[in-house]
Amino acid sequence: MGKKTPSINSSSTADIAFLLLCYFLMTTTMGSQTGLSRRLPQMPDPNQKQEDIKINARNIVIVKINSSDRLLAGSEPIDISQLKDKIKEFLTNPAEDPSLPEKEVKNIEGYGPYAVSKGVISLQNDRGTSYRAYIAVQNELVKAVNELRDDFSYRTYGKAFDKLNEEQQTVVKAAIPQNISEAEPKDVSKR
Amino acid sequence: MSKFGGNKKKEVPALSQGSISDIVFMLLFFFMVTTQMRDQENKVVVKLPEASEVVKLERKDLSSYINIGPPTRQFQAKYGTEARIQLNDSFKETSDIRDFIAAEREALSEGDRPLMTTVIKGDSDVRMGIITDIKQELRRCSALKIMYQARKAD
Repeated sequence: MGKKTPSINSSSTADIAFLLLCYFLMTTTMGSQTGLSRRLPQMPDPNQKQEDIKINARNIVIVKINSSDRLLAGSEPIDISQLKDKIKEFLTNPAEDPSLPEKEVKNIEGYGPYAVSKGVISLQNDRGTSYRAYIAVQNELVKAVNELRDDFSYRTYGKAFDKLNEEQQTVVKAAIPQNISEAEPKDVSKR
Repeated sequence: MSKFGGNKKKEVPALSQGSISDIVFMLLFFFMVTTQMRDQENKVVVKLPEASEVVKLERKDLSSYINIGPPTRQFQAKYGTEARIQLNDSFKETSDIRDFIAAEREALSEGDRPLMTTVIKGDSDVRMGIITDIKQELRRCSALKIMYQARKAD
């Protein structure tokens, strides 16, 4: 009983841990992935007869981007910095302008009746448009909708949209829908 | 004189090395928690476009990636400098997307399949033509949930 068990030399655990650390440093990537989430429309059935959904002309704004990344919103050329305000005006229609989209009073669960805009933003691009410009325009459109949602949630709940709970977010999303349609590809450059 | 003379008998005590492993393990856990496994080798150069309204990708395990961009320098001699599509470590054509999506969908469990997101990782100088083709192909195989990957601009 006199002998002690010799202690295990632990200085090499550091080396083992360093090896593991190096392995993880080499094989992993840092940072999370972010982006703009979208939902593509269903592919129309080729056997079925093409039925165009009739949208009233006042309810749609067509944003076109040509091959030199210039913008056309509605019928007039526009700079990207003005696009957001134009879209916001289009979606809210504060002065009840007959050329801007009509509103439909819908009963939103958890909120009550609210006049929801029927406006749809249609985004069309050319094959030569650069991806950068396309994302920039998408971003402006999302920004317009997000700012309207923020306004609405401040008015109703006194908080920013991303601070709301899930239920309230659904209400806000129902009140201000994000209707961005990515149209069938068209050659915008040919007129 | 003991201040200078007495050094022969006293030695500086050796630093205990037992805590080094703890420190390194802490570092290791930090990296294990904050990083993700690199899933593939990049064969195309992708410089992501910037956007301010980006959202985080929710379920990384349910996403499949389509990289679009000019080939990296080592592949330029073979594939040129035109933008190409990379799926799973190799250069592919638009027509291969269908098989790729089918394979990715097969790998997921039944309940997760509708939640599958296709992440389009496009270089910012790519023309929209190739992206439109990809979008049409994705619609054809009804992988409708997509995400345009972008960097958060400050």
